[in-house]
Amino acid sequence: MIGAALAVLARDLRLALRRPGQVLQPLAFFAVVTVLFPLGYTPELDKLRQIAPGVLWVAALLASLLSLESLFREDAQDGTLEQMLLAGQPLAALALAKTAAHWLLTGLPLTLMAPVLGIALGVPGSAMPGILSSLALGTVTLSLVGAVGAALTLGVRRGGVLLGLLTLPLTVPTLVFGARATELAIAGEGLSGALYLLAALAVFAVTLAPLAVAAALRIGSE
Amino acid sequence: MDWTWFHKFGSPPHVYRLARTLTPWFAWPAGILIVTALYGGLLLAPPDYQQGDGFRIVYVHAPSAWLSTMVYAVMASAAAVGLIWRMKVAHAVAASCAGIGASFTAASLVTGMLWGEPMWGTWWVWDPRLVAQLVLLFLFLGYIGLRSAIDDLGRADRASAVLAIVGVVNLPIIRYSVEWWNSIHQTPSVMKMDRPSMPMDMLAPLLMMLLGFTLFFAAVLLVRLRAEVLRRERGAAWVKEVVS
Repeated sequence: MIGAALAVLARDLRLALRRPGQVLQPLAFFAVVTVLFPLGYTPELDKLRQIAPGVLWVAALLASLLSLESLFREDAQDGTLEQMLLAGQPLAALALAKTAAHWLLTGLPLTLMAPVLGIALGVPGSAMPGILSSLALGTVTLSLVGAVGAALTLGVRRGGVLLGLLTLPLTVPTLVFGARATELAIAGEGLSGALYLLAALAVFAVTLAPLAVAAALRIGSE
Repeated sequence: MDWTWFHKFGSPPHVYRLARTLTPWFAWPAGILIVTALYGGLLLAPPDYQQGDGFRIVYVHAPSAWLSTMVYAVMASAAAVGLIWRMKVAHAVAASCAGIGASFTAASLVTGMLWGEPMWGTWWVWDPRLVAQLVLLFLFLGYIGLRSAIDDLGRADRASAVLAIVGVVNLPIIRYSVEWWNSIHQTPSVMKMDRPSMPMDMLAPLLMMLLGFTLFFAAVLLVRLRAEVLRRERGAAWVKEVVS
């Protein structure tokens, strides 16, 4: 089971790295959305610093969601998904491996890029460890919740819009705790409480979301 | 133990007839309770010492809010039954719940806003309960959206059932997270005014209204369930007998 999951993970990473453009797209999207706020709101760093937690988290949330739409689509089109269903391995484990690949290719780069965008929004350097750790934990949950939505909307007309409608309400807790942790980090206060809650959400999602993804994939391919 | 009564629920004609028989048993008490409670709440109950007659919207608002969550629970339970025992009628129940639940959620939000404008001086505040209710409305809309996006009925049933179960697991987390979010961001608002316990002549109509709305939901659910079962079984022979 672990071997099969690792094989799926390695395969997804290899496929993605052969087309690096796709990996860079969510990052570019993240940057563009973040840049829109100084343009649309105000260039004053003092004011931007106040809305920075919300901007960073909403932009990361949308970038992550955008890339999730195609999480299972190609595999469903070329028949790989059917082979996974027939493989005799627990589908939940394979789904978890695919989601882990998605996190490594989207969540982790988004996290690493957030400090750069944070500087553009006037976030002090002392807040960077807090931003990095909160986004690293939060994007895990976002990838997993989004994977449930992606599996449910697989092969559905106008799946992208629907994916947003299904997934975004479920990401409310992550957004609340994540933005709060970032806010505390910017204010220079202790943020361990918010990080614990983010970690709890991530553990909860890692435990249950793969089962829902597997159920949704089975239903989608019947 | 004899399970025949349970297996009978898997049979659409049986459920259709049962729903037809039961509807008046819920609809009449619901109508009587709601009319009596309206009379008691709008005419007999004294005006509130702070809010005057404005408080009377609670007789619609509170039952709607209570039912919005309950309908989601009923919908998710029916969806789970349908998913686990592959019971098509249970999926029909879940499908019938979605529209009713979304309506009750919207009704609670709208009546809350109508009350909030004169009382708080604003249509909307970012209060945890309001946000949780709004998220619940989005969950209902997502469920309806997913169901309508999938053409194959069996697939739509099961996919939306997974969504309903995921939603019901998440609802408590969403509720607590928005409460936490707001309790830190905002000082206790108007919502927190210390409310004296309701006198009996105000409370009794409210309790009657809660029961009346719940029975009303059951009656509407049964009517919609019949329509849903007919739609699903439109090719079957028993439907031709029933309709003609």
